[in-house]
Order: sequence, then C-alpha cells, then structure tokens
Amino acid sequence: MTPCLQLHDLSVQIRGQTLLAGVDLAIGRGELFGLIGPNGAGKSTLVKALMQLLPASGEVLLEGASLAAMNARERARRLAYLSQDDRLQWPIRVRDLVALGRHPYRGSWWRGGQAPGASAADHAAIEQALHATDVWALRERRSDTLSGGERARARLARVLAVEAEVLLADEPVAALDPMHQLRVMELLRARCRSGQTVVVVLHDLTLASRFCDRLLLLDQGRPVASGAVDSVLSSDNLRSVYGVRALIGEQIEGGETRRYIVPWAVAHDA
Amino acid sequence: MPRAGALPLSLVLLLLMLALSLLSLRFGAAPLTIDEVVAGLFGSGPENHQLIVQQIRLPRVALAWLVGMALGMSGAALQGLLRNPLAEPGLLGISSSAGLGAVLTLYFGLSAINDWTLPAVAMLFALIATLFLYGLARAGSSNLTLILAGVAVSALASALTSLALNLAPNPYDVQDIVLWLLGSISDRSFADVRLVLPFVVGGLALLLTAAPALEVIALGEAEATSLGVNLPRLRILVIVGTALSVGACVAVTGAIGFVGLVVPHMLRRFVQYRSGQLLLPSALGGAVLVLAADITLRLIDTPKELQLGVVTALVGAPFFLALVLRSRRDML
Repeated sequence: MTPCLQLHDLSVQIRGQTLLAGVDLAIGRGELFGLIGPNGAGKSTLVKALMQLLPASGEVLLEGASLAAMNARERARRLAYLSQDDRLQWPIRVRDLVALGRHPYRGSWWRGGQAPGASAADHAAIEQALHATDVWALRERRSDTLSGGERARARLARVLAVEAEVLLADEPVAALDPMHQLRVMELLRARCRSGQTVVVVLHDLTLASRFCDRLLLLDQGRPVASGAVDSVLSSDNLRSVYGVRALIGEQIEGGETRRYIVPWAVAHDA
Repeated sequence: MPRAGALPLSLVLLLLMLALSLLSLRFGAAPLTIDEVVAGLFGSGPENHQLIVQQIRLPRVALAWLVGMALGMSGAALQGLLRNPLAEPGLLGISSSAGLGAVLTLYFGLSAINDWTLPAVAMLFALIATLFLYGLARAGSSNLTLILAGVAVSALASALTSLALNLAPNPYDVQDIVLWLLGSISDRSFADVRLVLPFVVGGLALLLTAAPALEVIALGEAEATSLGVNLPRLRILVIVGTALSVGACVAVTGAIGFVGLVVPHMLRRFVQYRSGQLLLPSALGGAVLVLAADITLRLIDTPKELQLGVVTALVGAPFFLALVLRSRRDML
C-alpha cells in the first residue's frame, strides 16, 4: 500500500544556511505522527517545507502524487495547516474565523456580501468543527475576547473545517493548560481513528509518547532517530539531543504500556 | 447562518451618498433649492441654473465620488494586506509620491504632450512608492517601521516637490501648483472626470477581486497560503489597484489625506472586522466623507474658500493621533 505521505531527501537551505537536511519519511494513512526536537531543530521548517511554504529540495508525495506539481487549490483541500503564529490582526468572530477554512472550496468569483461558508457542505463542516473543538458556544464571540486556550481551539476548528486528508499542526498545544492539552491531543487521536493523517509538532515529550504512533527526532536540521515511540525517546537520545537527564516511567493505558518522561536535570556530560 | 454582511451597510451608505450629492448640488456662490437643483439637473429650469448644476457642481460631485471611493477602498485594502490599521495612501506617502510625479510633469512641461501624461506619471510614482513600502512590510518590518518609512517617503516626495517649486521660473505657476497640492475638487470640469474615471473604475475592480483573499490573510501569510491564497497575485492586485485609483485622483485633485484611514476604521466593526467585506462599504463611506467635507467647507464663511485637503487633514490628523495612542502598545 502506498503511504499517505512520503518525503524523499527533503532539504531546506536559506541564504546558504541548512535548516533541514535530507529527511526521508513515510507516514501511513490514519497515523498520528509526532515531530520532536529542541528549539531550532527544524520541526517547523519541516512542516512548512511539507506544506510547500518554503523553497525546498527533494520531494513530497501525497498518495503517490507530487505535492509541488499539484495545483494550489487541490493542495489546499487535501492538506490543512495550523501555524505556530496565533496572532490575528482583526478581532473577527469565531464562526467567521472557522469559515475561512472553507476558502479552498469557494467559487472563483467574489460572491458579494456572502460569507465564504455558503454551501450546505460548508455549513456542515463549520458546524462540525465548532462542535468537535468545543467552541460552538463561543461562535458569536470576537476572537480578541477569547482566552488563550479558547483561541487555540477556535484556530484548530478552522483547520478541521478544511476537512483535509492530512492535518499538519505546529505546536497546537503550546500555551494550553494540561486539561486542554489532553483534549486537543485526544481530538487529534480521534481524527486519526476516523481516517485522517495527522503530523504534529510537540515539545511535551510525555504527550508525544502517550498519543503518537511514531516519532521523528530532529536535531540541528538533521533527523536523529525515527520510528517507534520508545526507541526514539531513549534516555541516550534525550541526553545527547536535548541535553537533559529525564525520569522515565511507565503507565499501562488500555492494555498498552505508555511511557511518561519528565525532564529532571540538565545533563552536564551531554 | 447566512447573513447579509456588508450589503445593508453599503445600502445605507449609498443612500447617504446620494442625499449628500443632492445637498452638494445646492450649495455654492448661488444657493439653490432642491426643486431648482432637480429642475437644473434635468434641463427644465432657467438656463443659468442648468449651467450651475450641470457644468459647475455636477463634476464636483462626480469627483467627490471617485476620489472618496478610491481613497476609502484602497485604504481598506492596504490595511487588510499589510495587516496594519494605520496603513493609508496618504500616510504612507503614496499620495504625495503621486503628487511629486504630477508636479514634475507640470514642471518639465510634459503635461502639454497629451492629457493622459499627467495621470500616467502620477500613477507611476504611486506605484513605485507602494512597491517600496510593500517590500519593507514583506521583509517582516514592524508596524512602526512601516509607518516611519511612509513618513520618510512622504517627506522625500514633499521635499522634491518643494525643490521643483523653489526652482520654478514663474511665480504664478507656483501659486497654482501649491493650491492644487492642498487638494481640492472645486472648479473641475467633466474633462477631469473623464480623465480619472477609467483608472478609478479599473483600480477599484482590481481591489474588489482581491476581497476573498484579503479575508483569509487575517490568518497570517503562511496559513493563508496553505488555504490556497496566491500571495503574489494578491499583492499585485492591491498594489496596482491602489496605484491606479489613487494616482489618477491625485493627478486631478491633489492630495486629500486621511480619508483612507478614517473611513475603514469607522466601518470595520459593522462588517465584523472582515477585511474583504470592508472594501465596498469603505468606498461608499469615502465618497460620503469627501462629499460631507466638501459641503462643510462651502458652508463655513471664510474670505477664501477652504481647500478640501485642508479640511480632511484638520479632521483626520487628530483622529490619526488618537489611533496611534490607542495602539501604541502593539506598535512598539
């Protein structure tokens, strides 16, 4: 079976600086794939290169078809992207924000006065996204009146409204309290069960271990380890890449053993 | 969930615009009643009334529409594209660059070549200024840098304009140019209207086609691109649309400031802060504001009629200051 996403020798160089070097990866359909690594490791760069937002060399295939050769509209319908930047210049209402996710489906002519979510399919997608992220009650609120957690969920709803096959989220749980972090991760997990493929950038190693199927660990633009969660999150890797000594424990969850990882001290021998 | 959005607002502004237009036809050196205006307009009144209404006041109203629409809509579009509530053709030096182009054309006598030379050069200068500012905004400059660069562009254009005036051989030319620079729509003819009309209409059409993408750009450039927005195309639409409409207007009316700043700001809340929905109401609101200012200056009893640009600046500058003070924290 063709993997959902394939990356061949994906590299990014900007002004002579290598931000990402030779990433090869195959991500299966329905997989929750985590990208981890310290600050500046190239996680965001990888996601942007995957989304064709940066000039990159190498190749990205979606269901075997080259993303670079795909037209922008089709790509926008099949891949949805949540950036790290959560600033909105204008305090638009939550439902207008979420409706922007339907932009790839709108007609090419300006439909004067009509919201971009006008068809029945659009309405259904927007409504479903508002419910899934638990912001339905906030839909008439202006985005500048939301708390950080509410805004993060509204932005996630915007991404879900695209109804894309692949969802790429750059640190969707940064700035969220533990309960909302878990909620967002559970939501992404549920998306995978219903057939979407999710690539997520995470800083929290326990969340990565608890929710992801597989991980890629990056360091200074290079892939260091990839594959099963436990092998990637080894104490050796944590020491050499993150420079920390971590406490690692195990918890049995639904018949599966999942590790929790608590960074405990700076590793001076790293 | 569907909702009319900008349409009811646009309708209200349109009616206001038409009402003010009728008022504008009344006032002047020889005040007329509404009946006389209507009669003059449709050619049934006395000949002098027809002349006043059709030849003197109607071009003035038409120019108020065109200038107001150009400034209002390009202000809204620039603010949306640059994601900056302080962007405006006047403040960013686009109007004064167009003015410089016009003055240089007059100075070197190029305007004698052909009627279209003056607006063409004005539009070219407006385009260069817009491109320069966009390049800066693109390079990730803060709001503050952008506004300061606009001030610098504006200052440079004014300085070069002053230089041209300084070196002008004929003092009468100087007075003409200075008065024209202050911005006015009085004593213009239908020939002037015909000159700017195609460019304003074309420019506004370009800006309107940018509406859906402007809506999405609120998410930031990366997410907007991920939703299929063609950023280079959007930039070109807004920059060329602004340069065409504002450049052509400046060539005929001089620089009229702050309309593009004040109008989108006042209307934004009524369209729920959606940049794409803001374009049409801002155009109509711009026309309303210019008409209102142009009527006001005729009602104020001064020895010499005030210039329109002076009136909009007197109202707009304090407004701008208030806006800066309010957004000071975000800017720095």
